[in-house]
Amino acid sequence: MSQAKLEVRDLRVSFAGHPVASVPELNVDGGEIVGLAGESGSGKSMTILAVLGLAGTAGAAVTGSVRLDGQELIGLSAARLRAIRGRRIAAIFQSPALAFNPVFRVGAIVSRTLRQHGLSGAEATARADAAMRSVLLPPELLDRYPAQLSGGQLQRVAIALALALRAEVLLADEPTSALDVTVQAEVLELLRELRDSRGMAVLFVSHDLAVIAELCDRVAIMRAGQVVEQGPTGQVIAAPRHDYTRELLAAVPRLGE
Amino acid sequence: MIRYVTRRVALAIVVVAGVVILTFVISDVVPGDPAASWAGPHASAAQIARARHYLGLDQPLAVRIGKYFAGILSGNWGTSIHTHRPVLSDIGTAAPATLELVIAALIIAVLVGIPLGLAAARWPGGALDHVIRVGSVLGVSMPVFWLALILQLVFAQRLRLLPVAGQYDPNLVFSHPLTVRTQFPVVDSLISGNWPMLGSTLVHLVLPALVVAAYPVGVIARIVRAQVLDTVGEAHVQMVRSLGFPERTVFGTFAMRLAWNPVTSVLALVFAYSLVNTFLVESIFDWPGLGSYAAASVSTLDTPAIVGVTLFVAVIYVVANLVVDLVQAALDPRIRLR
Amino acid sequence: MSRFGRFLRANPLIATGGVIALLIVLIAVFAPLVVPYPADAGAATHPEIALQAPSAQHLFGTDQVGRDVFSRVLAGARVSPVVALFVLLISCVVGISLGVLAGYFGGVTDEIIMRITDIFLAFPPLLLALAFATVLPANLTSLTIAIAISWWPWYTRLVRGQAASVAGRPYVEACRALGIPSWRILLRHVLPNSVTPVIVQVSLDVGGVILTASALSFLGLGAQDPTPDWGLMVAEGQNYFTTQWWLVTFPGLAILITALAFNLLGDGLRDVLDPRRVLVR
Repeated sequence: MSQAKLEVRDLRVSFAGHPVASVPELNVDGGEIVGLAGESGSGKSMTILAVLGLAGTAGAAVTGSVRLDGQELIGLSAARLRAIRGRRIAAIFQSPALAFNPVFRVGAIVSRTLRQHGLSGAEATARADAAMRSVLLPPELLDRYPAQLSGGQLQRVAIALALALRAEVLLADEPTSALDVTVQAEVLELLRELRDSRGMAVLFVSHDLAVIAELCDRVAIMRAGQVVEQGPTGQVIAAPRHDYTRELLAAVPRLGE
Repeated sequence: MIRYVTRRVALAIVVVAGVVILTFVISDVVPGDPAASWAGPHASAAQIARARHYLGLDQPLAVRIGKYFAGILSGNWGTSIHTHRPVLSDIGTAAPATLELVIAALIIAVLVGIPLGLAAARWPGGALDHVIRVGSVLGVSMPVFWLALILQLVFAQRLRLLPVAGQYDPNLVFSHPLTVRTQFPVVDSLISGNWPMLGSTLVHLVLPALVVAAYPVGVIARIVRAQVLDTVGEAHVQMVRSLGFPERTVFGTFAMRLAWNPVTSVLALVFAYSLVNTFLVESIFDWPGLGSYAAASVSTLDTPAIVGVTLFVAVIYVVANLVVDLVQAALDPRIRLR
Repeated sequence: MSRFGRFLRANPLIATGGVIALLIVLIAVFAPLVVPYPADAGAATHPEIALQAPSAQHLFGTDQVGRDVFSRVLAGARVSPVVALFVLLISCVVGISLGVLAGYFGGVTDEIIMRITDIFLAFPPLLLALAFATVLPANLTSLTIAIAISWWPWYTRLVRGQAASVAGRPYVEACRALGIPSWRILLRHVLPNSVTPVIVQVSLDVGGVILTASALSFLGLGAQDPTPDWGLMVAEGQNYFTTQWWLVTFPGLAILITALAFNLLGDGLRDVLDPRRVLVR
């Protein structure tokens, strides 16, 4: 079996001895969107931090294996992790308004990141502009401060940054939870496009099973830090095997009911 | 932005006017007779009376204040009773030395205080953090005149590492005379390429500047530490980490930019405090600045000089506040966009 | 007692500062009993043993007229801290009253009071105190008044905001509607609710006032000989400093430790009580 883009095995994240997330197996391949579903506090966000190698900054300990194209990330030196972070594995977060440093123009953050990963000033500008157009935003918006952009626009800038970096994996931590439904739909469409035209591997974390059902090709259900079930979305929804999955599905409001 | 500026400037003018009136009222309460001081110890009663008339002291307070206002706008800040020279020119001679010292101290404070605060915030609870915190409180609790004496004794007199007093080595005046352009010896020697003099002025500046810098370093380090610690938990810090920036950039560039706000707002206050601390320290280091001038004026009941110095310091303070407000608005877009 | 003990261990700042501050207060109160040479704290002079280095009989040595420096330093604990006490008392009374009036009544009263306050605030505290101290006769009373005059505006500004927000609250409106006289409302409701930040600010200010008072005494504008004021002692010992280092070192150290203790205490109190309200001085 060929290896997936991102392979997670026996990942265990714990705080001072208390386990907060446990993922026995999770694969995300290029050109697919995998959902990680569960309630708040189920350990989804910690999983993302652990994949990024940032769990330590939150005070957590990580054991297990995370491989990117076969290369082991857990235990990798800080310098090499930093080269991978952002550049090959990108992340977008829940509250875009809070995720951007308020006293920097968004373009400054974008260009600094691109230059940090080795691009020259001219290349950085070119890629940034192209990426903005890909997410259907005028490049002039890069001159604005976060307070001057809407949540949806900021999220698209974050995605544009991932595009400009030519990231191969995108970790999305509840990226649409803070957005209006219509704006949400646009962002989801963007993610689909990233999967289809760029072949990105997307890990989509959310508590909203309806969104996951709509967007993801495969899904893993997390409860109290444990992955309880996973499989192709259609299959999991039609024939859930775990009680918790059934509960979650039952709780989703359906139109016309 | 323009409206913001004009509003602040207008307020500043009102405040300065009030300061002038207040200073006049204070100094009018001076016990003792400035006219007698002017006329000299051997003057007759008639001479003193003529001196009083000459100095305008026989007119009612309101009239004197009015004339003074008219005067300051045209550059006439009165005549010093002690030096018999225009107060403004006296201040002009003495002020640069004081400003040079205060600015040097503030530069040191910013260059030292900010990195210390950042370091303390980056490894909170560590040994470095504790040392920096204790040091900051020490800096803020330090009686500046005492520190000046101690450092002078240790470094200048006992260890002979630094000069004891003065702005520069007086012997150099003969071999490498200083061409006075800006009244700031450091700047003047720099622009005229007078390297021995530059070296001398800088070396003489070290001790007094360090003493005056103790307080602002403490204040700035504490503020930066508090501010950075506050923001460390926030989402945008995690985001730049996830973009692959090293920790030192996460703190030094991104978190630091947010810390400028509280630092600048405290800068004007710290400037005022340092200005007054400089006054205290000048006599110890034979520094020919406003502090020495003010001390002399006080002992000779030199009302115009006292009023002049107070007015000058108040104006500088108000201007400094204004500058800080504007710089803050420039650095933090959230203030401008309000 | 154990809860208090745990509190102290969790807050080393308050613990250290509080202990030292308490020590200083105790020394101040019991000085005449504790001091080895009580007469030296006053007008006694012993020129025959002048300028002696620290020894067993004179822990901090003797000064230029033979007085025991140790005794004078201990006795000095009664001088600066007492000045600080009165300065802050006056500042609070005047500052809080004006602040409460400005905040509660708003409008013209607010404008007038705050403009006057702004003018006083335009001066750095030490400068204003200096200006006043030079025109008043040089003694501790003038010193206290001079510093108090420059210190009260900060309390007015601090309290005004609090008072204004309290004044806008529904229950205060209700009181007004019921016809309760203003002074009653001010005393019973507005005042008590406006003073929490003041407590923290006062503890932070003690150090600052002590530094200001000793600076002014150093300049000769405060305590006069033979009062054992620390700032004055530093000034007197200045000329002998190069050889008789103890004349300047110990009184100055006393100022440092006192200011340090109260700053630590104030910092700790602020961390515990009210992290956001105080003005940076």
